[in-house]
Amino acid sequence: MTAEIGHFALIVAAILALGQSILPMAGAARRHGALMSLGNTLATGQFVFVLIAFCALTWAFVASDFSVANVVQNSHSGKPLLYKITGVWGNHEGSMVLWCLILSLFGACVAWFGSNVSPGLRARAISVQGMIGLAFLAFVLLTSNPFDRVNPMPPDGRGLNPILQDPGLAFHPPLLYLGYVGFSVTFSFAIAALLEGRVDASWGRWVRPWALAAWSFLTLGIALGSWWAYYELGWGGFWFWDPVENASFMPWLVGTALLHSAIVAEKRDALKSWSILLAILTFSLSLLGTFLVRSGVLTSVHTFATDPERGLFILAILAVAIGGALLLYAWRAPTLKGGGLFRPVSREGALILNNLLMTVAALTVLFGTLYPLVVDALGLGKISVGPPYFNATFVPLMAPMILAMGVAPFLPWKRADLLGAFDRLKLIAGVAVALAAAVAFVEDRHSFAAALGLGLAAWLIGAAAWEIAGRIRLFRAPPGESLRRAAAMPRSALGMTVAHAAAGVVVAGITASGVWQTEVIRTMKPGDRADVAGYTIGFAGVREVRVGNYLARRGHFIVSEGGVAVDALWPEKRVYLPQRMPTTEAAIRTTLFADLYVVLGDPDGKGGHAVRLYHNPLVPWIWIGAVFMFLGGMISLTDRRHRVGAPRRSARPASARPSEA
Amino acid sequence: MRRWNVLPLLILALFFVVASLPFRAHAIEPGEALEDAGLEARARDIGRQLRCLVCQNQSIDDSDAPLARDLRRLVRKRLVAGDTDRDAIAYIHARYGDFVLLRPPVDERTWLLWFGPAAALFVTLLFLLWRLRRPRAISPVEALSVEDAARADVLLGDGGDEP
Repeated sequence: MTAEIGHFALIVAAILALGQSILPMAGAARRHGALMSLGNTLATGQFVFVLIAFCALTWAFVASDFSVANVVQNSHSGKPLLYKITGVWGNHEGSMVLWCLILSLFGACVAWFGSNVSPGLRARAISVQGMIGLAFLAFVLLTSNPFDRVNPMPPDGRGLNPILQDPGLAFHPPLLYLGYVGFSVTFSFAIAALLEGRVDASWGRWVRPWALAAWSFLTLGIALGSWWAYYELGWGGFWFWDPVENASFMPWLVGTALLHSAIVAEKRDALKSWSILLAILTFSLSLLGTFLVRSGVLTSVHTFATDPERGLFILAILAVAIGGALLLYAWRAPTLKGGGLFRPVSREGALILNNLLMTVAALTVLFGTLYPLVVDALGLGKISVGPPYFNATFVPLMAPMILAMGVAPFLPWKRADLLGAFDRLKLIAGVAVALAAAVAFVEDRHSFAAALGLGLAAWLIGAAAWEIAGRIRLFRAPPGESLRRAAAMPRSALGMTVAHAAAGVVVAGITASGVWQTEVIRTMKPGDRADVAGYTIGFAGVREVRVGNYLARRGHFIVSEGGVAVDALWPEKRVYLPQRMPTTEAAIRTTLFADLYVVLGDPDGKGGHAVRLYHNPLVPWIWIGAVFMFLGGMISLTDRRHRVGAPRRSARPASARPSEA
Repeated sequence: MRRWNVLPLLILALFFVVASLPFRAHAIEPGEALEDAGLEARARDIGRQLRCLVCQNQSIDDSDAPLARDLRRLVRKRLVAGDTDRDAIAYIHARYGDFVLLRPPVDERTWLLWFGPAAALFVTLLFLLWRLRRPRAISPVEALSVEDAARADVLLGDGGDEP
């Protein structure tokens, strides 16, 4: 019965979405207030009914209702409760229901928190949101119904892919979707603005918090996926330029550009038409990512279904959404009037540079991801595009970007003095160059990459710290005064600085772990010892254990430093029941400055085991940095000006200059 | 619907699923490494540039598929025989084709791939500089309509104290 309720709720949601796509739009065209506000009710209704469907599906998983085909294929009665719940989105159908849930949630959020948006724009945006919802609900109902029954009912399910039975991966999809799908709101606002034929500075102001929220969640979702890859895949890598990773990275890159161009649109009334284009492109890339992952064009652990019919359906959604949006843009954008004038060297100029580099970086990733498919489809043979290509094209784009990121917050709007800004940062620049020189001098292998990466990281972190220190007049004013200034700092400025510094932390982590990884691969017998980066690792032995739904060979390693045992590590090789699928669980000891990473391999039949020992310096910084980027976004989101509800009058004069460092 | 000839890749993709079932295990086995640390470092570098042909998206350095192991041994054999890095890669390339190279060769098929983004960057940069340097006539300020003025009051009421 629950499955039928869920199915029925999905149908009701689709009907509500149909109404939501038409009625508020018609209302906005006729300036009919009641029709426009009906959109809010429909958006809420759509969310409620998708939520009912989602809960029904979750119930089927939790109660192990093996009369539902999806539960049979992806669950098992012996699975821990957590993975019964996360198994809901650990498969194609369920993950698309989650997609619809998050989409309708964002639509409802526009209805709930959009009271400061002009009614016409809001009604149109809600209508566009309804169209996207309708398309994806139809996709679920017509090609991917998660509530299909199976008869006769099997005694037990086939279980969830063991790789997905992991806390990191369990929460990776919801976070990623909050990001991906969150950009649907900026897309809807862009389309609504084009339909309305009018974009003013307030458009940027309404769009920014949505872009910020989506960007923050996407950052966290990508980071979680990469962290999972790091600890689960078993050799200490964290980013592989895999097509599915790229699929989530492209919207992030363009979304980052959107985040920055929307600032210019709001503050300076410029770059409006460009911001609209970025909003369209960001969500288009999210849709493209969904297509690439869901259609089976690319295959990986993310691809649950390789069904051409589904691929074709998403391709059709993609074509209508992207094609329609771009046509509308081509038609309407020329009528948008440009705003404030500025010189190339100015804060506007720096933000444009960010936009340019981010967009070109996304283009590079797009080319690298799709090129092998295109070349093959054109019958020109098979080529591979792998990490060497991405490293060769990405790093030259990011290096000037990071240089600009350090100095940009010191540039005023309209016209800036670049030399003056550098002059204020000469201490930081000196420290960064000295660090780079020291690294280049000390290190013999890969010294250029190491010097460049760490120099840039130091520059970025230093410049961010310097900016805050200047704003709060640290050491130049009494501590109380500094503290008061820190508390009064606009949250969006503080969030920006935190996120920029965090990006520097990520760069340091990527560089150091890439350049200075130590690796020992050998066969060890119980009692053997190996030295890795100042640690001695003793192998105490292996025993078989049975835990829950898997069997494991568990290794026991004793880590000592200077002859003193400091830790014990227990890497495992697991075989999950009932699929009999093997997984590798690395054991990691982290000091936050470096990870000691131990992987147990296969026995050699002569009493020894293949063992891999890695020392990864600064690798935790990658995820610490990503979390701080997320926090930066959240801090910025709490800015008074983004807060929903009626705007309040500022107590302070509105003339505070950005250059008051 | 089933005859979707744009994507013969589906078959390829399915093949990859089957081929990669022992999901991303790990790389180089004990005993494979060369005694000479310098040669071994070069072999690892080369290994990261060659694709494991039966895997999903892994270099031979990352894969534990038998083919990857064979290729790793082959690379080491060539290096010991005195090949340069370039020679060793060319040797594998000649036998396994373009698909084995994770860094695609630069030829007429891949010009767009290698130079497209850079070209886009420079063209846009030049365009922007040209646009921003060109003196623009200051557009006459239009008087606000009553409705717009009211909206502006509401919006400005919040103050714009963020930089």
